[in-house]
Amino acid sequence: MLYVGKDSDRIDAQDKVKGLAKYTDDINYCGMLYAKLLLSSVAHAEIVSINKDKALKVDGIVSVVTGQDNMLCFGPCIQDRPPIAFGKVRYLGEPVAMVVAYDEQTAQKACRLIEVEYRELPIINSTDDALIDGAELIHTVQDYDKTITDVYPIDNTNIASEVKIRKGNALDELKNCKFIAKGEYFLPQSDHIAMETRSAIAEIKGDGQVTIISATQSPYEVKSQICQKFKLQATKVNVIVPQVGGAFGGKSAVQLEILAYIASLSAGGRMVKVTNTREQDILCSPGRIGLKAKVTLGADAGGTLKAAHLIYHLDIGAYADISTKIAQAIAVDCTGPYKIDHVYCDSLAIYTNHPYTTAYRGFGHASYTFCIERTIDKLANMMGIDALEFRMKNLISYGDYTPTQVKLNCNNISNLPNCYDKLKSLIDWSLNNEVIGSKTKAWGISSFWKTSNSPTNAVSGALVTFNKDGSVNLNVGVVEFGQGAKTRLVKLLAEILKINPDKITINTEIDTKTSPEHWKTVASLSTFMAGKAIIKAGEDILKQLRELAAIALRCTPEDLDIEDEKVFVKYNKDFFISYKDLIHGLKFEDGTNIGGQILGRGAYGMNHLTVLAKDSGKGKPGAEWTCGAQAVLIEYDSKDHSFRPLKVVTVLDAGALISPAMDRGVIKGGMSMGLGLAMHESFYCQNGRVENTSLRTYKVRHKEDIDIEFIVDFANTPNVEAPYGTRSFSEHGIIGIPAAFANALSRAATVELDTLPLTSQTIWQQKGEQDVTI
Amino acid sequence: MIEYNDYQKVYLNINGENRSVIIKPAQTLLDVLRSLGLTGAKKGCENGDCGSCTVLINSYPIKSCLTLALEAVGKQILTIEGLKNSPFQQAFVSHNAFQCGYCTPGFLLVCHSLSIHYPNADDQTIAHWLQSNICRCTCYQEITNAVKCKLKDILQTKKA
Repeated sequence: MLYVGKDSDRIDAQDKVKGLAKYTDDINYCGMLYAKLLLSSVAHAEIVSINKDKALKVDGIVSVVTGQDNMLCFGPCIQDRPPIAFGKVRYLGEPVAMVVAYDEQTAQKACRLIEVEYRELPIINSTDDALIDGAELIHTVQDYDKTITDVYPIDNTNIASEVKIRKGNALDELKNCKFIAKGEYFLPQSDHIAMETRSAIAEIKGDGQVTIISATQSPYEVKSQICQKFKLQATKVNVIVPQVGGAFGGKSAVQLEILAYIASLSAGGRMVKVTNTREQDILCSPGRIGLKAKVTLGADAGGTLKAAHLIYHLDIGAYADISTKIAQAIAVDCTGPYKIDHVYCDSLAIYTNHPYTTAYRGFGHASYTFCIERTIDKLANMMGIDALEFRMKNLISYGDYTPTQVKLNCNNISNLPNCYDKLKSLIDWSLNNEVIGSKTKAWGISSFWKTSNSPTNAVSGALVTFNKDGSVNLNVGVVEFGQGAKTRLVKLLAEILKINPDKITINTEIDTKTSPEHWKTVASLSTFMAGKAIIKAGEDILKQLRELAAIALRCTPEDLDIEDEKVFVKYNKDFFISYKDLIHGLKFEDGTNIGGQILGRGAYGMNHLTVLAKDSGKGKPGAEWTCGAQAVLIEYDSKDHSFRPLKVVTVLDAGALISPAMDRGVIKGGMSMGLGLAMHESFYCQNGRVENTSLRTYKVRHKEDIDIEFIVDFANTPNVEAPYGTRSFSEHGIIGIPAAFANALSRAATVELDTLPLTSQTIWQQKGEQDVTI
Repeated sequence: MIEYNDYQKVYLNINGENRSVIIKPAQTLLDVLRSLGLTGAKKGCENGDCGSCTVLINSYPIKSCLTLALEAVGKQILTIEGLKNSPFQQAFVSHNAFQCGYCTPGFLLVCHSLSIHYPNADDQTIAHWLQSNICRCTCYQEITNAVKCKLKDILQTKKA
């Protein structure tokens, strides 16, 4: 390989270190208007009246919009969410009115003068509350349109979707198991906390042309939702994405874009910007699902996993967004990467009066993995088998079937035993539970796997043009938000065209008018999907170069080969023509010319995926499963129950790496976020009110006084279906960390820790309760 | 004591340039800088928690979201746009010390100030200085490595 696998700087590095990278809120135009939202102060209520008279009298106001002005409902799965509430509010923080003004301060001032009268309704505070017979219904799900077919709401309940996995006969098989471990787990809702809060700008031109500028992972989804609901021709809506300051799934949801469009509509089409404050970003925009789970795993006397009975209740908050699909993603991989022939799983997306939720790094996998891996440790303990050996004995492998009955082979799943071999060499597992004074050091481990759960017809594309000097322009619809996708994609094109990556410019900004559609920049699929499109575009160019060069060199295209930006005759390298003499047509000495510019095009659509069977879940949800193993070493002090992580290790089989140092950084970032989930991150919610809505009270990980050691290693089993033997990865660093952390701390503190986040107080309370029992 | 009412013309020295700006007394330095097109200082929380808005005043890092523009009158303001050829910029690139880049200007200015005031900074001092800012993409290891590596280089150059 010339460029794949070699480290290089990020394509956007210089702009980012010079403060020149422009994010949505950095864009200002003269005459631009600003919108501010009034958020609901109650979690569940009927809106009796909204009085905007006082707000309208404020100098500098352009318009005040309420839900009554656009009674439309949006949603990528179930269309249940109004951009501004009408009739009812379903979570505290939901937009109830929007003010458009000449400046932000005036808009904010006017917002405070809007008077809303509510008639409060009973608040659904948990998934348990939501499922009680006769529970207050947050929605009438049966009345909503569905955007996709495979979402299964249950009429007259708070269930937005129910996904079932039935493989083998788990109920009977569990009765035959010698060892059965059970666990109940609770993980609270939390937030993405991308450093850039969400922001969107909209303008409607005189000819009806709509321009939306937004910090989004899903520009084509923004376009499609707005076109569909406001009945606009697709060519009339253009979505532009500048630099995006972190996303983590949170910016795949469409929210502010619709509000900005409505704001512009109300202001006669003038350009309006709406930017979240941090509080609004946490409270009003979608966060991460909560999960309550009941896990039962059974093994035979020989230590082989036999059956799993799994109930997952997702707290999706007030609206479904993509969370019904997360319920599916959890069901699809519900067992973790273990060979279990008998699986019974119900995964329910349940409405509550909490903030609504959307995709979050790992797409549900970090949540269920916690529950499975904690139970695996309990089962191993019960049997008296080493937790690492027990995992290795039961790993899923080639020839086995996933919970949705996809047969695995060396391409569609990573080599997990290889990951464990490497993990063993990186950790001193045998020194587990080393005690010095009051301090105990303990390792915890976790396996993980993940597939993509994209729509079965997700698409991507690539367009390539040449400049006259032989440099190349690559245009894709993939959004860059720090994951490094654009840097990797440039290298893929460089590799196939055998041209130096420095000569390739990729569009840092997405413009849906000119960039070929890429479904959404989610699911760790950019390199796979856009990469395959780029390789096709590259092949398209090479074919054209050969054909034109064949005329110049008076041979057939088959006689030609390509290297160093030259097309040459295979058996005589001195007989060649340079790219730059071909790319804008071939010109002869007498001035005659053949051919125009060489344009490369490549398209890719997901292959062979199926919609899952409603009753059994049988079907193919993704092209491949990327797997790995993780470990956390913690030090626990029994004197005061304090603890800290010392080492965090990931071994991931990501196939061939494109930019190893950058790739390692992305995985470490995920591990860091996983530590955040393990130790700090949670919504503290009282009666529907999230109480920690600032970064002072919602704690993300900061740099510690004493460095934590982050170690990442890779196995490199190629997937021949993917570009240059790569495998999908990006989100994966986070998945097993909370589980490994809790396994380590449970071992050190000799107490079963089954909730997150973990604090000294959690241990103290649980120890206290145990002491009382003794 | 100066009394300020409504809009006021003041002089701000930003990146070595004396600029006359019309401000409201209640405006934060962050808002004023961004209105001048200096958008390298970012809004991450507007509450002093995240450090994305960090700029240097008289070579010390401050959170411009918690500073009134008026407080910076008569002082030297350095924003990321004015940070030219700092060795930390290239070190951040080569160490992969950022991903989305949103927190990067703030971190770079913190590092620049650290190298001015504590060129011999030990690990503890480096940790304390970096704790003022949040990076959500990286695990801080790369940022720490970039800082340590460059502080060492700067010291060696001085010795030579």
